[in-house]
Amino acid sequence: MCVLFQYNNVNVGYFTILLTINGNYSPLIFHKVLDIQKIRQDFPILNEVINGKPLVYFDNAATTQKPLPVLNALTRYYEHFNANIHRGIHHLAEKATSAFEASRHKIQTFLNARHVEEIIFTYGTTDGINLVAQSYGRTFLKAGDEIIISTMEHHSNIVPWQMLCEEKGCVLRVIPINDEGELLMDEYEKMLSEKTKFVSVVHVSNALGTINPVAEIIEKAHAVGAKVLIDGAQASSHIDINVQALDCDFYVFSLHKLYGPTGMGALYGKKDILNAMPPYRGGGEMIKEVTFAKTTYSDLPYKFEAGTPNIADVVAAYTAVEYVETLGKKQIADYEHELLVYGTDALQSIDGLRLVGTAKEKVSVISFVMDGIHPQDVGVILDQQGIAVRTGHHCTQPLMQRLGIPGTSRASFAVYNTKEEIDKLVVGLERVKKMLS
Amino acid sequence: MTINEKQDELIEDFELFDDQLDKTQYIIDLGKKLSPIAEEYKTDDNLIRGCQSKVWLHSEMRGDVVHFEADSEPTAQISKGLVSLLIKILSDEKPEDVANADLYFIDKIGMSSIITSRRAGGLASMIARMKEFAQRAAEKVS
Repeated sequence: MCVLFQYNNVNVGYFTILLTINGNYSPLIFHKVLDIQKIRQDFPILNEVINGKPLVYFDNAATTQKPLPVLNALTRYYEHFNANIHRGIHHLAEKATSAFEASRHKIQTFLNARHVEEIIFTYGTTDGINLVAQSYGRTFLKAGDEIIISTMEHHSNIVPWQMLCEEKGCVLRVIPINDEGELLMDEYEKMLSEKTKFVSVVHVSNALGTINPVAEIIEKAHAVGAKVLIDGAQASSHIDINVQALDCDFYVFSLHKLYGPTGMGALYGKKDILNAMPPYRGGGEMIKEVTFAKTTYSDLPYKFEAGTPNIADVVAAYTAVEYVETLGKKQIADYEHELLVYGTDALQSIDGLRLVGTAKEKVSVISFVMDGIHPQDVGVILDQQGIAVRTGHHCTQPLMQRLGIPGTSRASFAVYNTKEEIDKLVVGLERVKKMLS
Repeated sequence: MTINEKQDELIEDFELFDDQLDKTQYIIDLGKKLSPIAEEYKTDDNLIRGCQSKVWLHSEMRGDVVHFEADSEPTAQISKGLVSLLIKILSDEKPEDVANADLYFIDKIGMSSIITSRRAGGLASMIARMKEFAQRAAEKVS
């Protein structure tokens, strides 16, 4: 039984009352309902008109749009407390430093990391992976050691490891997938041995939307003594992340895919491992003392944060995470799943359209190809109707090679998208078909 | 007809359409009329890099004019249409005219975003290749 709960004439949620067989009521369960129209008002860019049509933004896997609180946080920073951090003794420097460090605490809680110094600010996911490959990889891996990645990795989780393999003589191994776009876990298990020293896999595939069984991947890698990095670029806005429960050694993500600013991300690493790793870049902030004879390095997290960091964006990241937490990860995920189910049904009804990536566990990403139509043409004609999708190989060329296609068109949904927009996509795709037949 | 006269004529044709989608439809239809490039010219050397869809361009001197033939993979119909426009404007013209051509028609027919964006289209590299060939030919003549 459900009871709608209203406050100031706004539906804020409903209660579910469960009746058990013996007639006893279970405790009330309160479900928060997201008011999507109200959420849309937080994103001014959604009012843009493209080619005379209202923008339908379905390229959220590339980057999400930013809500007003995040935009305001950026302005507020520059208007009221812009200063270089950790150095100045003056009031502004102190304010900027404490806002900067508050973001570190926010991200610590967001990932459920044990220690705040386990959070290193980076320029994004790619930067985080490079840091680990260069600092951990060059120090602890040697010729003949095996690094495992998967077929569905983004280039940024392939190339840094290939560069390391070239330099150190390590061997790169790749977990295969099935035609639905799911990892073949049996094959992964067969690959693991005492030679396996590092496993780096994506939490959620950017091209297919597949959610990988990362807890199982981590557990099995640890059983042979390998360290594990999880690329959470696509997961952070959709899935609850708990690095302690996952027990991963490293977790990386970007804020710009989490309703936050571009050029800013975070690397989580277990404290003892980060402590054992040498600095990756040299410069200011990361030093304890410099003489021409010898330099000693700062402690965590600063030894990995050389130079003046991206202070404003780090500060605004606090607000982005807070925004997501206020809406509720679970509520966002539930609503996006509703869009995924609706969108999957709607697109499947289009004759000549084939979905690419039909894993059982997916986030709100729909990749597809259309008979005899180039993905680029799909993108151009949709754009002319105001609909933004991504087309091409999605920086996953090896995955496209495995699937035997040059690329796909991809619609990816965020919390501010609606079923009406999906209906517009269907109409848009029918137009594509008509124009190119 | 000079390159600019050809461009002006094309711009006039496109002015008949108010809607960008109708312009695109017209480009698609023009692409269908493009005579296919000979198989022998579909070589790796002739493949234009940086295009999301495959485009081949063959350039040669025919008397005192540069002659171009080009084609895209069959499913990339908008690329094919744009390729046909570039051929129409630039082929069989004097090398120095091609090298110095100001292709203002691209913007006027509302196609600059498709032609210049690096990932979606990459036809800018085809134009660069055509001009480069013409430039070299012009230098040889003088």
